[in-house]
Amino acid sequence: MANESFPRKLPQLVFRILWLPMGGLLFVLLNSTGGMRALDAAVIAYPVCLFGQFTLIAAKYSCKSSPIERTKTGQMVATHAIASLIMGLLWYSLAWTLIYAVSFGQQLQGLDQRFSGRGPIVYVSGVAFYWLSVAYYYVVFARENAMKAEARVMETTMLARDAELKALKAQLNPHFLFNSLNSISALTSIDPGRARDMCILLADFLRITLRAGEHAVIPFSEELGLMERFLSIEKVRFGARLKTEEDIEEDARKCLLPPLLLQPLIENAVARGIANLPEGGTVRVAARCANGRMFITIENSFDPDAPPRRGNGMGLRNVRERLEARYGKEASLRISSEGERFEATVTLPAETEVPR
Amino acid sequence: MSAAGGKRLRALIVDDEELARFVVREMLEAHSEIEVVAECVNGFEAVKAVAEHKPDLLFLDVQMPKLTGFDVLELIGTDVPVIFVTAYDEHAMKAFEVHAVDYLLKPVGKERFEAALERAKSRIATRQPMPAELGTAARAPGQFAERIVVKDGTRVTLIPCNKLDYAESQDDYVALVSEGKKHLKQQTIASLEASLDPALFVRIHRSYLVNLERVVRIEPYGKESRMAILATGARLPVSKTGYARVKALLDERG
Repeated sequence: MANESFPRKLPQLVFRILWLPMGGLLFVLLNSTGGMRALDAAVIAYPVCLFGQFTLIAAKYSCKSSPIERTKTGQMVATHAIASLIMGLLWYSLAWTLIYAVSFGQQLQGLDQRFSGRGPIVYVSGVAFYWLSVAYYYVVFARENAMKAEARVMETTMLARDAELKALKAQLNPHFLFNSLNSISALTSIDPGRARDMCILLADFLRITLRAGEHAVIPFSEELGLMERFLSIEKVRFGARLKTEEDIEEDARKCLLPPLLLQPLIENAVARGIANLPEGGTVRVAARCANGRMFITIENSFDPDAPPRRGNGMGLRNVRERLEARYGKEASLRISSEGERFEATVTLPAETEVPR
Repeated sequence: MSAAGGKRLRALIVDDEELARFVVREMLEAHSEIEVVAECVNGFEAVKAVAEHKPDLLFLDVQMPKLTGFDVLELIGTDVPVIFVTAYDEHAMKAFEVHAVDYLLKPVGKERFEAALERAKSRIATRQPMPAELGTAARAPGQFAERIVVKDGTRVTLIPCNKLDYAESQDDYVALVSEGKKHLKQQTIASLEASLDPALFVRIHRSYLVNLERVVRIEPYGKESRMAILATGARLPVSKTGYARVKALLDERG
C-alpha cells in the first residue's frame, strides 16, 4: 500500500520545498552576476521563487497534453518553448510586482532602480525553471507509466491462470459422461466385451484429463491421443452417424501445445455438429507445420439451421483465452463455416521444446 | 381401451442413440402389459409415429437433432403421457419437477424406471393432460425460442424466429406469417409472445404480434388508431397500448 501511494505523493512534496534551492540559485545569480546587494537579491529571489513555483505546475499540464512517447519532438519542443517564454514573462512581472510591493520600506528604498537592468536574469531563470519542470514531469510520468505497465502485466498473468483453471474445469463435460455411462449400461447386456472396452476408454480419457494440469505444454501426439479416445467413445454412442478422418503431418506430432487446448473444439464438433444431424457426418482433424507455425484444423459437418445450443461459444472463448494467455498475438483461433461444413483452425508457433 | 380394460399399453421409444433406445426396450421386456409399437430415431419420425400408432405412452429423449423432445411434445399435444429421458440438463430437470412430469436420468436405473412407469400408468388411467409449455419452462432464464415448430398433418415445419414477419391470433390458433407463407398453429398468441424475445417481437394489438425488424413505418389511421406497414407490404392495426409498447422499445434502443 505504502509503495503505491509513495510515488503519487512525492511529486507534490518535492514541489513544496523546491522553491528554496530555486530561490538560492536566483539569489546567487542576482547577487553575483547582477551585482545586487545581498539583501536586495534575497528580497527578490526567494519570494519570486515561492510564488513562481506555483506557475511551474503549468508544466505538468503541458507535459500531459504532449506525452513524450506520442508527440513529435519538434512539436513538443515548440509547445514547451512558447510556454517557457510566457513563463519567463510571468516571472519577470512577478519580480516587478514584488519590488513595487516592498520598496517603500527603509532598507529597500530605491530597489526598483537597483533592480532595473537585472530583469532578464529573472526572465531567463523563469524560462530555465520551466524547462527543468518539464524534464521533471516527464520523468514522473515515465515512472508512472512503467508502474501501470507492470500492473497490467500482473493482471494479464492472473487472468491467464484463471483461464487455465476454468479450462480444466470445463473439460469434464457432464453430458458426455452420463451419455457414455448410459451406453456402457446398454452394452453390458448386448456385448459385455465392448462394454469393458468402453470402460477402459472412458477411464483412460478421465485419467489423462485429470492429469492435464501437470504440464504447461504437451506434444501434439498426446493431445491427439486424447482426442482419438474421445471420438472412439462418441462413436460407440452415435454408431454409424459419427465418422472420423485424420490427416496429421509427422512434424506436427512433436510440436508442443497446452494440454486439453483442442478438447473444447472436438467436443463442439460432436455436440454441435454431428449430434444435430439425423444422418450424422464426419469429423476431420488435420495438423501441419509450415514456416515455424503450426496449423491444426478441426472440421465437421453441421446443420446451419440448428438453433445455437446453450453454452455455445463458452468452449471457443476458453480456447481463445488460453491461446492469448500463452502466446499473445502469436496464436489465433479462426472459426468459419461454409454450407454444411464448420471449421475451427488453431494457429500457434511450432515449438518442439519449451522456450525459456 | 386402456390398462383397466386389460388391453396392452402401446409404447413408443424416441431417442437418436441406438444404445439408449435399447436400454428402455430391455427394461420394458419385463412388462408383458406393455407393447413397444415403434422406435423412432428423431423428432420428425416421432410426430409421424404418434399420429400413426396413437400410442398410450412415450419414452422421449430431450436432446435430439432438428426437433428436441420439447418440440415433439409441443407438436403432439397434451393427450399422450410422456416419460422424458435425459442425460444432464439442469433447466430441463427443473421444468420436469415444476410440472410434475416423469423423467429418467441416463444412465437409466431399474428402480427409477419402475417408479416412473407406475406413475405413467396412473396418469393414463386418470387421463391427466401433459403440460404443453414445458419447452418454455425448460429454457434458461433470458433465453428465448430460436425457432417455432409447426405441424401440418404429419408434416413438421421449422420457422426460424428471425424469418417470422408477424403472428395473428385466430381463436385457439395463431397464424404465423413467414416468407410469404401462412402457418397455423394451435397456440394462444400470449403463450407465443412469452416464448419469443421481447426485444424483437412486440404485441402491437390484441390480435397481432409483430417482428419489429420487419416494420417499415407506423402511420396514423383514423382518429385514434394507427397502422404498421411491414417490409412485405402487409398492413397491421396498432392499438394505443401497442403503439406505446413500440415507442418504449425504440426509446430503450436509443
